[in-house]
Amino acid sequence: MWKTIKRWYHQLGSPVYFYRFSSAVLPWLLPISVVLLGVGLAWGLAWAPVERYQGDSYRIIYIHVPASSGALMGYIAMGVAGLVALVWRMKMAEVMLKALAPFGAVLAAVSLVTGALWGKPTWGTYWQWDARMTSMLILLFLYLGIIALQSAIRDPRQAARAASLLAMVGVINVVIVKYSVEWLQTLHQGSTLKVVGESSIDAAMKWPLLISMLGLWLLYAANVLMRARTEVLNRERRAGWVRKLVSRPRGI
Amino acid sequence: MSGVWGAALRRELTLIWRAPADMVQPLFFFVVVVSLFPLGLSPKPALLALVAPGAIWVAALLAVMLSLDGLFRRDQESGALDQMLTSPVVSVVPVAAKLLAHWLLTGLPLALMAPLLGYMMQLPVAVLDTLMISVLLGTPTLTVVGAIGAALTVGLNRGGILLAVLVLPLYIPVLVFGAGVVRTAQDGLPTDGLLAVLGAILALALSLGPVAVALGLRISAGD
Amino acid sequence: MIITAPRLTVRRLSCERDDRMLFRDLSFSAGDGEIWQITGANGAGKTTLLRILVGLHGFYDGEVLWHQPLAPSLLYLGHQPGVREELSARENLRYSQALCGQGGDPDAALEAVGLYGFEDVPAGRLSAGQKRRIALARLWLDHKPVWVLDEPFTAIDQDGVARLDARLREAAAAGTLVLYTSHHQVGENARRLHLGAAGARP
Repeated sequence: MWKTIKRWYHQLGSPVYFYRFSSAVLPWLLPISVVLLGVGLAWGLAWAPVERYQGDSYRIIYIHVPASSGALMGYIAMGVAGLVALVWRMKMAEVMLKALAPFGAVLAAVSLVTGALWGKPTWGTYWQWDARMTSMLILLFLYLGIIALQSAIRDPRQAARAASLLAMVGVINVVIVKYSVEWLQTLHQGSTLKVVGESSIDAAMKWPLLISMLGLWLLYAANVLMRARTEVLNRERRAGWVRKLVSRPRGI
Repeated sequence: MSGVWGAALRRELTLIWRAPADMVQPLFFFVVVVSLFPLGLSPKPALLALVAPGAIWVAALLAVMLSLDGLFRRDQESGALDQMLTSPVVSVVPVAAKLLAHWLLTGLPLALMAPLLGYMMQLPVAVLDTLMISVLLGTPTLTVVGAIGAALTVGLNRGGILLAVLVLPLYIPVLVFGAGVVRTAQDGLPTDGLLAVLGAILALALSLGPVAVALGLRISAGD
Repeated sequence: MIITAPRLTVRRLSCERDDRMLFRDLSFSAGDGEIWQITGANGAGKTTLLRILVGLHGFYDGEVLWHQPLAPSLLYLGHQPGVREELSARENLRYSQALCGQGGDPDAALEAVGLYGFEDVPAGRLSAGQKRRIALARLWLDHKPVWVLDEPFTAIDQDGVARLDARLREAAAAGTLVLYTSHHQVGENARRLHLGAAGARP
């Protein structure tokens, strides 16, 4: 068992293996994610039943919730990649960390925009300093910080290691921020309207949500793999296997 | 090891002492920024008392952040940082000495100045002690967390903007609880629990922060 | 001459920086009592090589192996002298001593580098050459088995160069491994490591 995990770890840590693995996975992953996302969104936006209190406006959750969860998971994944990159000096973890940032930042922005659009009919305003929206805004700041730091450092490996440390600190911060903004709400009681009950979601609404969520996560994964492949080729451009790959008339 | 700690602390204190601008300017900045609020908003006491905790805390936070921009710069430019990183001493020791010295000569004066500014901002006298304690408990966290950003940006000639982008989101919990403590005291509610939260954040920052700063300096050196 | 086990072994060391191969497949072994002069044009990677050897620069391929723990035995003088301008010559030196656990009389060392009478002057008021001498004073303190010196001869007058030259030979004779970058050759027996465009040749 332990040996299998160790072998996996070493294989995924090798750029050549990663490139082959991703070449095999991507042709499946990308179409599946697009189809799932399409099905989930179409189902949710067109066929799912109308919500009793909010009418049709609730349907934005089919974009909002997958985007929010994707943004949060992406940042936590960056923290984990950062830990692996710093402790075990694993190059692929550095590559992954860099690949995770842009799409995650986009998802955080999408979450904020859809949250604002949802807020207008439910709260009567596009923006309110509600705990979740505030946390997401800060998450977006943290993403932008990672991207800014990476682009400021010229050496790609040094940039990745610096971002690793920042991502780890950021993950700890995300947890504390979550509690602090929730506490901030209790200080100003009555300022937030709790319109949406969480657990009272109907099965007919839940399935399309789960499907579009899975679809978006897989799309995120596909995006990360594609970005990571480009980065691997760029970093390993002097290595024999990349030269062979480039000199071949057709790609893998 | 204790010899190194003493020597490092004495060196850092001497360095700041001989360039007193580094110590005085953050304090001056703090006072000036807080003074802008009555001028920009309105001198009405009720309004000022309402915004005072947030205004004072935001000013303190910016003062600490700006003072950290140069924390490692001259050590880096002069090559002293490389000397530290190649020495047999665990680099956490001189780093911790630097952070302590920096806090003693910038964070602590801010905390001592805070009650005066609170009074000028029409805070009730009864909450001024809470204000000071909150700044006292919060500024070391700001120093340590900000130093991580300063360590990661030390070799980059980008000035303070990049540091602000990296560090300010990390300062949010301290701001929320720091200003929140004062507002809670204004409402006449007990503040012990919130001060304990600030203390817990400080304990977390002190236990992990210096290691992260030392690591950040290694990364910036090119390792 | 007695052949001892090497202190430092470098195998197939390559380093790339800013899309440029600085050196490729560099291999050599260095032992106690040897003087290694590292030469090469500007930008050939001399400073980077020294930084790799002392553990400051970590992005390279290949292997750098110190057979004894490096940190306690190392005396490293980088491209910048590591002297803070706010502190006096003596304070700077004392702090390096505390940091590196290096004993010895700082005043005697400062006198040896020609800074007698300047001990209490803030380093900011000294010239570039004098600042370098503060850093070089460490070579006259207690023994350290490995010296890694980045351009120790720059900004120093003729008399200083002669004294430093003599000091390096004296230390090597006493068993110190000296690695330095410069165009100045120390003694007849110094080994040369040339970093050129076509890779390095020991």
